[in-house]
Order: sequence, then C-alpha cells, then structure tokens
Amino acid sequence: MENPSLVSIAHLSREKILYLMEMARDFELRPNRKILDGRIVATLFFEPSTRTRLSFETAAHRLGASVIGFTDPKVTSSTKGETLKDTIMMVSNYSDVIVMRHYLEGAALYASELTNTPVVNAGDGAHQHPSQTILDLYTILQTQGTLDNLNIYLVGDLKYGRTVHSLIMAMRHFHPTFHFISPKELAMPEEYKQYCREHDINFVEHEDFNEEIISGADILYMTRVQRERFSDLMEYERVKDIYVLRKEMLSMAKDNLRILHPLPRVNEIAQDVDDTPYAYYFEQAQNGIYAREAIICDVLGITLEEVRNDSTIIQ
Amino acid sequence: MKREQLMVAAIENGTVIDHIPSDRLFEVIRLLHIDECHHDTVFIGYNLRSGAMGKKSIIKIANRFFSEAELNQLSVVAPNVTLSLIKDYEVREKRCVRLPKELRDIIRCNNPKCICNNEPIQTRFVIIGKVGKCYYCEKEQDLTMVKLV
Repeated sequence: MENPSLVSIAHLSREKILYLMEMARDFELRPNRKILDGRIVATLFFEPSTRTRLSFETAAHRLGASVIGFTDPKVTSSTKGETLKDTIMMVSNYSDVIVMRHYLEGAALYASELTNTPVVNAGDGAHQHPSQTILDLYTILQTQGTLDNLNIYLVGDLKYGRTVHSLIMAMRHFHPTFHFISPKELAMPEEYKQYCREHDINFVEHEDFNEEIISGADILYMTRVQRERFSDLMEYERVKDIYVLRKEMLSMAKDNLRILHPLPRVNEIAQDVDDTPYAYYFEQAQNGIYAREAIICDVLGITLEEVRNDSTIIQ
Repeated sequence: MKREQLMVAAIENGTVIDHIPSDRLFEVIRLLHIDECHHDTVFIGYNLRSGAMGKKSIIKIANRFFSEAELNQLSVVAPNVTLSLIKDYEVREKRCVRLPKELRDIIRCNNPKCICNNEPIQTRFVIIGKVGKCYYCEKEQDLTMVKLV
C-alpha cells in the first residue's frame, strides 16, 4: 500500500497538486466542520515554530479533531536520549496522524517508514516544508486564477531559502518563468538552476531589484536576507537595504501582481506596502489553514468527494 | 606480473582482488570483512610496484568466493579493481566491479544534519552517475570523497 504521508513536495504530480488545491478551496468556502470528530492529531515540534504549529493546530481544531503534542522538545524524553524512532512508535499508538517538525533533514521520511500512522512533514531542517509550498501554490492559484505560465519573481535569500527551492520543484508542472533576484552571496544554488534546465523551466537571474525589473511579475515572492548568512559582513551591509520592497517600487506593477512572503517579515517589505492592493502575505498565511485542512484530510484517506459532500459542516 | 606472483603466493582456490589503490587497501579489507576471516588463508601484498598505477595492492583469499553484491560494494572505494576467480591454480573467470544502483549501509552521509547520522539506521544512497544521493536528506555527494560507515 502506498504510504499516505506527506514528507516531500518533490514527488507530487500535477494532478495531485491540483486535487489538493480543489480540496483547500472547499475548506476555504466552508472551513468549520466536524469531519475529524473523534480523531487525534499529534503535533510533535522538535524545534519551535509557533506560526506553523498554530496553523496546523487551528486546521485540526476547525475540523473537530483533538490535538496532542509538544512544542518544546526540552520537556520530552528526547532530552533523556530517547531516539526519534521510540518517540514516533509511542505517539503513533496514540494518534491518527502525526504532524512533525524536526531540526534534522530526512527526519519526516524516516518517521513515515516507522509507522502506518500518516506523517505530515512540518519542516525537516533545511530540507522540505511541503505544507508551506501547498499553501503558496494555493495562494498563487487563488490570486491568478491559474498556476500555468506565470512569471514568478523570487527575491532575497535564494541560497538557503527552503521555501523558494520547494516552490520551484512544485511549479515544474506548470511551465513558469522564474526570475531570481538576490545578492551574489545568496544566489540560487547551481543544483536548482540545473533542476530548472532539466525540467524546461525558464529562469533569469538579476542582482538589481527595482521597479523596472519587477514590472513583469505576476507573483513577487519575498524572503528575508539574514545577517547570519553572510561570511562577509561588509557585503551584508552593502546589500541589506537593496532587497527591500518599497511602495514606490510598485509604480509599474501589473494589476494582477501579488506579493507573497512566508513570514515572519522583518524589514524586507516596507510597512507602506501593506496598504497596496498587491500585498497578499497575510491572506497567504490564512490560506495556510485551508491548505493544512486539506493535507490532514488527504493523509487520513478522506477524499475530495467526501469533503464536498460533507454533512458535518458548521454554518 | 611474474615478480608479483613471486611476492604474493599463489592460491589453489579462491578470489584474487588486484589493482587496489594502496590507500584503499584497508577499506577493501573492511568492506569484505576479510579481517574477520579466521579460517582461510589470506595473502596481502601492499605497495607493490605497478606500471599503470605506480603502487597497488593485491589480496588473495583462499577458498572464498564473494557474491556479486558483495563485490560491487568495492566499486565505491576501488572502482578499477580486477577480480579473478581461481580454481586449481587457474584463473577461471575475470570480473570487474560495477557501481550498484543503490548502496545500503556502505557509505556515510556527509551532511551532519542528516537523520541517518543521528539515529541508529542504515544509510541508503541512490547512485546517479558518479554521485550518490542520500535517500533521507537528498544531498548529493561525490563518491570519491565519501567515508565508509
């Protein structure tokens, strides 16, 4: 039997992505239900991530599930030397689905092999964070009406940014054109550019970030340029204010442009951008609930048809 | 070749692993568990002169024939070794090693943050050309630089 877990975005087909989009759409229309009444969702956060955890737990509660778990591994037996295997074996006996955040790469895949209880990867080190990508895709679809043939501009830290790497992989089915805008030191790694070439994804690289460059964008996906990523702090000082989006830079923007950001934002999007019709990052965060409602139901074997014909909807 | 045969005695039956880079000899011994072989006679020639390689090593192990899977593990540390199966002092078969499609518990992932370096699990690598891709963290690594488990 195929493992229903969601550990990586890399293997999801176009059909599966669109299927999850449809399901998320139904949850957006009717987010509150009892479809998971009697089910238990375990949220195991081996490293803190308040935003992701609250989003998953809200999704579970809105569907009527109970939530168990921990938010700080210091209070668990892993500090006593318990292996991840033992923790997973124990929790899988208690719960119907495990949502797991871990600081080690490949941890979710490993966990999914230990148990028949489905595992949802809520981030494993710098490796994968598929629920973020699903909500990003949902937001792109919601704002553009399609996922096909879009001009997507990725800005900021493209070297370490796991969200932008996963987005490239997920978009391979939809013939996008990517623009990579970053300082040299944080440029898109060669392996992802090679991935684009192998999958016929067009891409253009820029070091400049200005109104002309972004005038062709449908989606402007901002990420944070973090000081600790730089080996040369003079270089950081030079570029730190270049990759900041300001309201005046949107003067040539297309009407359909929407600005996304995985949050938390620090200063890479100026506050005055929030009031423009292009800002969409808070809606994007809200979409996280619908995307995660869909993900939890899907790994539990609940189909789109069952979601559509759900009789437990709370009006 | 004759000089070599003088230096490392012939065996009646068994396996000869030749053209081992000398700096990989002990890894080959470990991979095939030759150091745990307490009953059979083993001849090891270390730092022998070789026209093509400069220096090479050779192992002759009596009365042991390895499976293809066992021998293919050698391809990671010594891809150019030649194997001869000996019967009645004659070479009955010569073989080369081939890189398998997957390596299990042979090499270590060089990503310290990979789960396989932090939990008691077998490592797994998918082989793509000359690189191995860790099954868990998906980091690709150069097979000439990897360390054995």
